[in-house]
Amino acid sequence: MSAFRLHNTGDQVDLQTVMTILLQVLVGGLSLGVLYAIVALGYTMVYGVLQLINFAHSEVFITGGIVGYFVFHALQDSSMNGYLKLVLACLAAMIVSGALNVVIERLAYRPLRGAQRLVPLITAIGVSLILQDTLKFVVGLTGMFDLSVTLPKGFTSPLTKFAGIDITSLNLQVKDVILLVVATLMLIGLNLLVNHTRLGRAIRAVAHDRQTAGLMGIDSNRIISLTFLIGGALGGLGGVMYAMKYQALNAYSGMAPGMKAFSAAVLGGIGSIPGAMLGGIVLGWVETLLGVVSLFSALPGLHWLSYIKAEYKDLGGFLALILILFIKPTGLLGKSSTEKV
Amino acid sequence: MTTLPTTPAPLKVRPGGGDRTWALLAYTAITAALLIFMRSTIADGPMKLLQPVLFGAFLLSMLFAYQWKAANWAKTIVYITGIVFVLPFMGRENASYFDLVIQILIFSALALGLNIVVGLAGLLDLGYIAFFAVGAYLWGIFGSPQLGQITGNAAYAHGLNPAYFWLFIPLAVALAALVGVLIGLPVLKLKGDYLAIVTLGLGEVIRIFANNLPITNGPQGIDGIESAPVPWLDKIAGSLGFAPEQHKLFFLYILVLAVISLIVLVNRRLDRSKIGRAWIAIREDEIAAQAMGVPLLRTKLLAFASGASFAGAMGVIFAAKQAFIDPTSFNYFQSIGVLSMVILGGMGNISGVILGAVVVTMLNFTVLPTLSEVLQAQFPNINQNLDPSKYQRFIFGFVLVFMMLFRPEGLLPSARHQVEMHQDDPPAGSLSADNHLQEGTGEGEVLSPGFATRGENERTGSEK
Repeated sequence: MSAFRLHNTGDQVDLQTVMTILLQVLVGGLSLGVLYAIVALGYTMVYGVLQLINFAHSEVFITGGIVGYFVFHALQDSSMNGYLKLVLACLAAMIVSGALNVVIERLAYRPLRGAQRLVPLITAIGVSLILQDTLKFVVGLTGMFDLSVTLPKGFTSPLTKFAGIDITSLNLQVKDVILLVVATLMLIGLNLLVNHTRLGRAIRAVAHDRQTAGLMGIDSNRIISLTFLIGGALGGLGGVMYAMKYQALNAYSGMAPGMKAFSAAVLGGIGSIPGAMLGGIVLGWVETLLGVVSLFSALPGLHWLSYIKAEYKDLGGFLALILILFIKPTGLLGKSSTEKV
Repeated sequence: MTTLPTTPAPLKVRPGGGDRTWALLAYTAITAALLIFMRSTIADGPMKLLQPVLFGAFLLSMLFAYQWKAANWAKTIVYITGIVFVLPFMGRENASYFDLVIQILIFSALALGLNIVVGLAGLLDLGYIAFFAVGAYLWGIFGSPQLGQITGNAAYAHGLNPAYFWLFIPLAVALAALVGVLIGLPVLKLKGDYLAIVTLGLGEVIRIFANNLPITNGPQGIDGIESAPVPWLDKIAGSLGFAPEQHKLFFLYILVLAVISLIVLVNRRLDRSKIGRAWIAIREDEIAAQAMGVPLLRTKLLAFASGASFAGAMGVIFAAKQAFIDPTSFNYFQSIGVLSMVILGGMGNISGVILGAVVVTMLNFTVLPTLSEVLQAQFPNINQNLDPSKYQRFIFGFVLVFMMLFRPEGLLPSARHQVEMHQDDPPAGSLSADNHLQEGTGEGEVLSPGFATRGENERTGSEK
């Protein structure tokens, strides 16, 4: 993540510095948030059709990142256009992750359709653990555990001007903008797919009521597989974005962002696609803000903020989650449902 | 949705019909003899691979004593041989056995605690290890030089007097239960899936605090944690030929045995008490339980708090045993480890859960490390990537998935689950005479929806 800097002299923090930090949080949090949003969509879509937390999604997501790493690595010395490399990496990651997610559903979840709810949930945890070590093995074949991603030239150069305004202080790099653009395009595309196509209508129908959807001639198993494919592909794309943003990853690094993305999905209202996007962005902001909030302790009267170390930013997501579940258990955009016997 | 059979199903399903007194005694004698007489053969080299095999085979005798139909005197003999003679003897010869047995018992207690939460009350808690951390850090901070560091008081340079250990076990029980209630209050209103994710988050929260707070000494952990002084027991241990450095292990062995007996007793009583049945009712169907007058939040909180209190007590003992704790002992993976013990053994069944704890702990602490060690000694050029002890996650994951797909009731299912899940199987030998299971319960109809098939679209309204 881009480092935050304080442009203050001495202990005095002026208003302009505060505004700069807040702007950095706004933009940095947004780029983190859309990343969470992409991953959260995979969770929320699967939850929508199966009422299952797909714990393995965090590994499906990081698989995308690892595929992305291999593609970037293989094309490292080619003279190909950097953006073309990115497109190739994204495509490869989406195909692999999507296929992986479909296979997981077919082998592990489908035989348990209709079992008591704890059973598929525990299976999902198990699949996630299996994938973590399988990925570790695959990555280990190259003799490494931690991968460091070499991006095409120009991706990491700082952005200084936008529409004629000097934005050096925002600490943005070209890759942050790419991330924002790709993610936004994806989110718009998914929205169109779900709300304006036959397939989208079928997915919504299955999510709403699988039995009735079946009576209307929808093959629910096929739709569930397709949902896993779309969710997995989005996860894979998120993985490439993650690899691009942090430029470092290993087989185990899907876990933490995965859990945060799931929190984002719950925060926005599980099963709701706009909810997942909103939840992701809110979470990105909360987390980024928590990471820098101790800088404000130099302000008068806010001395206690110095106790909130930057390390606690990982708590932001869960605290937001608990808070929202306590106040509005259905999440920000979730519809309330009454419990019937 | 639920069809009750007209005649109550026989709840005790034990393998084998005949009396196996002599088989039990013979098995125990053979495995004990093998373990004792081969102890130096299997101490190192490739033969070390036999160590977990023989040890496990011996431990199995106690399980058989519990499960098989045999005369009570024979069972008593088996228990006493094992607990009083063979295990301490092996521990004296090789302290690593003592270490292993204590570790197994600590994890058994944790698994029994989680069993109340997951197995009885059906609340999937993925942050259970947090309560263990509460207990461990409580004694870790007060029973080590860390206290002197924090307070800056020279009087506490070596922590509190180790005799306070006895006070800190009940304190840890109370504190862990309190934390359980505090965490449970906001969380337990949520339904199953949310609960899983929030408890996972809270487990992480406690780990992150342990990693960053000054009083826990962050990632460096706390060193020099004392255990209670018991001079009279040390004297006994000394006269039995234990080396001075083994005295602590001897004491902890006895302490852990006492605590686990208590926990098993509590578990058995709970299982059959009103509150235990209330937990099972909640697990089976929350709404129906509520309609029958079970106070949901209070009952769930009680499950959470009692599970937490076991972990708290064991945390104190764990800290005293390890003498060193750091946040890595309390991460998400550890919670999953305890969960896989419960799942592997059989949710809701005490002996099953203990079996699960034995298998998983041995896998973790002896089988895999020994395997790697032998592999590396035999093939020095082997690829590091093939080291089996580095694939614990894979193994745990495999255990979870395999069990869920093929035997969701666990290795030793509770009698109730066994009946529920295999009602449409052909009757087993001993049951064939008076089998009530096939009538009235056709496919898809269940005694209770607990783990059994529920029609695909029979979800309750809220789940849609």
